[in-house]
Amino acid sequence: MGNKAFAKLFPDMPAANLNLPIRAAVGKVARLLVSDIVKFIDNGQASPRSLGHISSMLTANHRTIGRALLFAATVPAMGLILLPLIFVTWLAFFAQEIPSFPPEGYSIKWFWRIADNRSFVDGFLLSLEVGILATLLGLLLGVPASLILSRRKLPFHFGLLQMMLLPLLVPGVVMGTSIYVFHIETELATGLPVLGSFGGLVAAHTLVVIPWVVRLVMASLEGFDRTIEEAALNLGATPLITFWRITLPSIRPGVVAASLFGFVMSFGNLEMSLFLVGPGRTTLPIAILQYLEWKIDPVVAAVSVLQIVLIAAAMIITNRYVKLARVI
Amino acid sequence: MARLELDRLCKTYGDTIVVKDMTLDVSDGEFLVLLGPSGCGKTTTLRMIAGFVPPSGGTIRLGTRDITQLPPWRRDAGLVFQNYALFPHLTVRDNVAFGLQMRKVPNADIAQRVGEALKLVRLETLGERYPRQLSGGQQQRVALARSLAFRPDILLLDEPLSNLDAKLRLDVRVEIRELQRKIGLTTVMVTHDQEEALTMADRLVVMSDGAVRQVGSQKDLYERPIDKFVAGFVGRSNFMNGIVSESGIFKTKGGLVLNCPSSAPLGAASFAIRPERIAIGAESSSLANRFVGTVEFVSYLGAALDIHVALGGGDKVVAQTANRSDGRAPAIGDEVVIGWPTEATRIFPETRPAP
Repeated sequence: MGNKAFAKLFPDMPAANLNLPIRAAVGKVARLLVSDIVKFIDNGQASPRSLGHISSMLTANHRTIGRALLFAATVPAMGLILLPLIFVTWLAFFAQEIPSFPPEGYSIKWFWRIADNRSFVDGFLLSLEVGILATLLGLLLGVPASLILSRRKLPFHFGLLQMMLLPLLVPGVVMGTSIYVFHIETELATGLPVLGSFGGLVAAHTLVVIPWVVRLVMASLEGFDRTIEEAALNLGATPLITFWRITLPSIRPGVVAASLFGFVMSFGNLEMSLFLVGPGRTTLPIAILQYLEWKIDPVVAAVSVLQIVLIAAAMIITNRYVKLARVI
Repeated sequence: MARLELDRLCKTYGDTIVVKDMTLDVSDGEFLVLLGPSGCGKTTTLRMIAGFVPPSGGTIRLGTRDITQLPPWRRDAGLVFQNYALFPHLTVRDNVAFGLQMRKVPNADIAQRVGEALKLVRLETLGERYPRQLSGGQQQRVALARSLAFRPDILLLDEPLSNLDAKLRLDVRVEIRELQRKIGLTTVMVTHDQEEALTMADRLVVMSDGAVRQVGSQKDLYERPIDKFVAGFVGRSNFMNGIVSESGIFKTKGGLVLNCPSSAPLGAASFAIRPERIAIGAESSSLANRFVGTVEFVSYLGAALDIHVALGGGDKVVAQTANRSDGRAPAIGDEVVIGWPTEATRIFPETRPAP
């Protein structure tokens, strides 16, 4: 089976690869959601007025049918979300160089090949670096912004908030193009080497992180009892110490979730980054895209599996300390 | 521990006056209670002392310091919040240690002083618990220990008992008062519960509409209320509107003619008498003011009975009598004779004379 056959078999293969971090995130959240829904129906107790009441009126027979319908709807949906992940993982262990079905055997050699490929290693390191820096900057800007937005009534309050959340809605290509143009104009006007610079890339990724920080931190500030801040001030803590020792620990779940999602979004970002990388500066998603342009072998799948494992591990570990389903 | 002086303290928001010209002197070790209905400015006053509300005018002195402009964290005023405001992510011990850590007390001393503070509120065994693992009463005591541990100059209590159930409230009242007396700490408490205020205070300040109405002991307020508001807010009073027509004579709108103290100024006024000063039946025979009325309603309070009596012409009074062992009590519709001594009555002129 040649390249063309492979492309026919997996028409969305590159996309599946490149958006893997996002898919992994969505998959995890969706699974949490679905398990919640199933539990909710099973117990028939969550909301006494709506579903619980209705389900208590139904006979056991009706409930069985209801549950079957629910599974009929959720299982294919889950399958649709998880199928690309399963296929990519399977593919990564194929022994032969040109993927074809059925596999001729299994091997883990592709994982070792990743280390030999400089652009994957460099891309991984750059994505890691950019992701971490952008997340830190996003927190540094987003947390104070959330505090002010949730506590003060500012002029143009609604507009300011929407502006912060805008990078979630604007397509990556549009963001990339406009930031690219902005970089060119800035470079022309000031003479500073902005275009294709590391700083420019980090700044753009920070923009992607900020909406996640603002959304999640503002959600955890809701219902935060401000008298405990007053209590700290009363006990002799300056406002800065109060923030550090009282406010921040109280909104920690939101901050942790925001860091995780901000990082995942930055790490998996392809469309916007395509416009902003300079010569010799390639992020992992771009490295994967470039690799796919001239070669298709299970190395790409192996790289994707590593990404899935990395992000899943981050989510599972985070979930142990902060219940993600509760903040999102 | 220090003396607190408020001098013409006031707070306005735009045209709204929340606290006006509050002048008050709390002496060292005194337990002072600010009492008033909600919205009277008592909590704002407390928050000005704590530093959370900047005063619009006037000064606050604590001991030898003028603290009017100091930020909250430099005031050394321990505030116990109505909802306790314990730090949910810290253990009881760390909650109590917080104020000491902020003052850079050495760790060994902190451990010792936290231990002392917890012992003071009898929670020495619960130091490693988190606030959510404690009952309301225990949380309240942690809040108290936290405010006492750093040895503030003054203790401020903002309705500290209002979130406790009724039975517990009675115990905690006495507990707080004994603790305060033992330490000799100057204390200002805010409450709208007059019973709480009366049992705990050395001295009370009755406030309404942002102004101090009367300052004095329990006895001053109850027996010599300065105006109709205080007479109605501290304890209960029967009020009748009318006019002081000549020296010592009060005519109600309903047409009754009553004796009143001859010192009362002539003119429109309210007449007040406490329910427990009204005698019923034979006991009223020797009293100056006697009237015949009809029993309209009897409420059984356990230790006492409230007898609602209509006096004709629309005037009504409530008389409180002890619930006697013989079980004899007037029934609804009975004709009764009631009476009261003139010296038990008070007259509040309609327009208050300028102070």
